[in-house]
Amino acid sequence: MVLSETDRKLIASIQDGLPLVSHPYAALAAGLGTTEADVIERLQRLQDDGMVKRMGVVVKHRALGYHANAMVVWDIPDDAIDRVGKLLAAQECVTLCYQRPRCLPDWPYNLFCMIHGRERTAVLRRLAQIIDANDLGDIPREVLFSLRSFKQRGARYAARPVRAAHG
Amino acid sequence: MTEPATTAVDILHAPVLLSALEKCLLNEYQRGFPLCASPYAEIGRQLGVSETEVIDTLRSLQQRGLISRVGPVFNPNRAGASTLAAMAVPEARLDAVAALVSACAEVNHNYEREHHFNLWFVVTAPDAARVRAVLDEIETQSGITVLDLPLERSFYIDLGFPLWC
Repeated sequence: MVLSETDRKLIASIQDGLPLVSHPYAALAAGLGTTEADVIERLQRLQDDGMVKRMGVVVKHRALGYHANAMVVWDIPDDAIDRVGKLLAAQECVTLCYQRPRCLPDWPYNLFCMIHGRERTAVLRRLAQIIDANDLGDIPREVLFSLRSFKQRGARYAARPVRAAHG
Repeated sequence: MTEPATTAVDILHAPVLLSALEKCLLNEYQRGFPLCASPYAEIGRQLGVSETEVIDTLRSLQQRGLISRVGPVFNPNRAGASTLAAMAVPEARLDAVAALVSACAEVNHNYEREHHFNLWFVVTAPDAARVRAVLDEIETQSGITVLDLPLERSFYIDLGFPLWC
């Protein structure tokens, strides 16, 4: 996708959020020297093109009490990974679901999914339900809860779309 | 809305009390935010409350640190390369090796996890060669092998953070 100068300024002006005023797109437009309709059209296009994957309330899950973070890793036969990957990704509580290479002999797991919850017990109970309901009990797996966070850089993606415009 | 007026959503830490309107905004509006002239009035119309109530409630959620913003979530990794890396670090060296890893500008997440492989981090750089160079540097400085586990395929579609429990 080719980003115009106005697109880039728009992205920069909304990365901290939409103004909480009656006509937020008009407020953005005033700062960019364009019209409300133009801002709405550009935001629609950024979503249609996949640059913006969703728009809405961005929650702070830790502040809401979601402190238990389990990375669940699975060793899935190659011919079943498509089915199981889609199945796990469709679970309401799963926040990521990625295929990654095995690193034998140290690391046999090729599917990674993340479950965030308020308590470990709730996360483990939900995982057990998913395993039971989908007959996944025979697939080797491990659960790696997070302990300490040493570094978590704020998710500010504006710089990437802007650079992508030149690439 | 038929839910009770307040619900405790946190039992481990200080409880976060949420009104029915707050729960609804948190659960139902992480995506599909209206692209129309008065989006907060449109949400109010959908929920049977006033525009002012919607704006005041969102502002309150933000001031209490429960939401970071109302706005777009950008697709990461549209440009450049990244990988998930893991190391099995002896407990006595964990703080020092974690500090070494965190000191790399290309590392944006670095976590301790409960496992033999106890240090997990994400490296993001303009290209794959630079990602590999960062991993090599960490291996050289620490003397510990780094597992390189790049994304091969994502099955996940981001519909927002699930507040499921």
